Amino acid sequence: MIFADLLQQPCAWLAPGADTGIVVSSRIRLARNLKGAAFPGWAGEEECERVWQHLRPVLLGLKTLTPAFAFGMAELEEFERMILFERHLISGEMAQRGRGSGLVATQDETISVMVNEEDHLRLQSLTPGLTLQAIWQRMNTLDDEIEARVRYAFSPRLGYLTACPTNVGTGLRASVMLHLPGLALMNELNPVAKGLTKIGLAVRGLWGEGTEAAGNMFQISNQITLGDREENIVRTIEQIVLELVNHEKNARVRLLEKREIVLRDHVGRALGILSHAHLLSSKEALDLLSGLRLGIDLGILRGVDRPAVDRLLLLSQPAHLQQREGKLLKPRDRDRVRADLIRTQLAEARGQA
Amino acid sequence: MQCEMCKEREATVHLTQVVGSEVKKVNLCEGCAAKSGLDIKGTISITDLLMGLSGGGKAPAGGGKPPREEAPEAERTCPRCHMRRADFRKTSRLGCADCYAAFAPELAPMLHNMHRAHQHTGKIPARESQSIQASAELAALQKALEKAIAEEQFEEAARLRDRIAALRGKEPA
Repeated sequence: MIFADLLQQPCAWLAPGADTGIVVSSRIRLARNLKGAAFPGWAGEEECERVWQHLRPVLLGLKTLTPAFAFGMAELEEFERMILFERHLISGEMAQRGRGSGLVATQDETISVMVNEEDHLRLQSLTPGLTLQAIWQRMNTLDDEIEARVRYAFSPRLGYLTACPTNVGTGLRASVMLHLPGLALMNELNPVAKGLTKIGLAVRGLWGEGTEAAGNMFQISNQITLGDREENIVRTIEQIVLELVNHEKNARVRLLEKREIVLRDHVGRALGILSHAHLLSSKEALDLLSGLRLGIDLGILRGVDRPAVDRLLLLSQPAHLQQREGKLLKPRDRDRVRADLIRTQLAEARGQA
Repeated sequence: MQCEMCKEREATVHLTQVVGSEVKKVNLCEGCAAKSGLDIKGTISITDLLMGLSGGGKAPAGGGKPPREEAPEAERTCPRCHMRRADFRKTSRLGCADCYAAFAPELAPMLHNMHRAHQHTGKIPARESQSIQASAELAALQKALEKAIAEEQFEEAARLRDRIAALRGKEPA
């Protein structure tokens, strides 16, 4: 698989099929390290390169990862690494790395393994909808397959040893991406977010750690990795997500009942601006596309389907835009190209309907 | 709001950490935050918050720890990868698996703050010995037993007690 093939397919986390209205996608990540090697941040480039050259063929030979593709970070241009990041195949930290780090992923992009990010191995599965239990099973299997071929750093007391003590134990991070415009419009997000952090869950923006919440998209994940079983962590997150989905549905019902005109105005303005603007920043585009998603979910916006909106969510990101244009763009030019893209694609989508 | 360290200047750096159901807040002025090794313009490291503040003068309110001597602690070095304690404080990342043993004294309270636990109860690599499997299962059962008792689910508790006894190779009492 070459890089250009990636761009021909919808990325895994936005693939249509599952009911991805409120729950956009689910992700499981496992952090693992090799016994006897320094962690990537402390090891030198040569040691990292040795680890990557050792793990690359091992990973490419695993059943769960077949068919797979692999890229060393040094083989890619910066904007290509940014594309992998926007597709959630690698982290922002990984996109900054070069020689000694690499990615092995399944061709359908549902499983990716980062080698030498913060830890030697970061196994991740990301699929649309609420699928935590199923993808935990897949990651567990992949973990077994890797473990049969390498020796992990493991302590009976502290579990899987990780570069950052916040991940030690299970090395598991279970996260779910939610689209919560109803709670946002009812001004009920803050108490919800506060409640979540109180019970030890992290609430983050669309692109994970350190990113702000754009487009009313939120990632909910566990913080605690030591002292609880994987199955419990996954089950707890799923339960809380289902409660959040109910809160969001409830907020949407109340919006329709009590503030229908506000709601219609919100959706109508989003469509109006997206259909006619000539300059759109990334954040503004995400926020307005969120409005369209809400309108579609509630049946007050017809003629555009959710997969079309979700496709725009991805294509309007900086690296994907630049890839489409075939050149690097200044931020101002990006805003123009983004607006052009959204305007024409919306007109096409509505024309077909 | 007053700075909790110098109790003089206005606190402009507000740090919040949530573990379990507990929310810890530390409010500092810019000067004290910088003195504690917090890079307030860059990313704030949890390690600094948990380890650094108690070493830089008065302990933050609620911390309750006496000021610690800096010098001998800072010299602690991992025998395998040669990471120093100061390196760990700076990056919040450990150098290798052996660092967990080398920095155990400072890691123990940190881990407890982060996870509210000391013992891994999850997955164990198959190639690790059977005895680890058994002892971890015991720990998990023990935890479940405590929970069952706390919730007054005595039938469940009795069942767990018997399983623990069986694992230990004893007959139920």
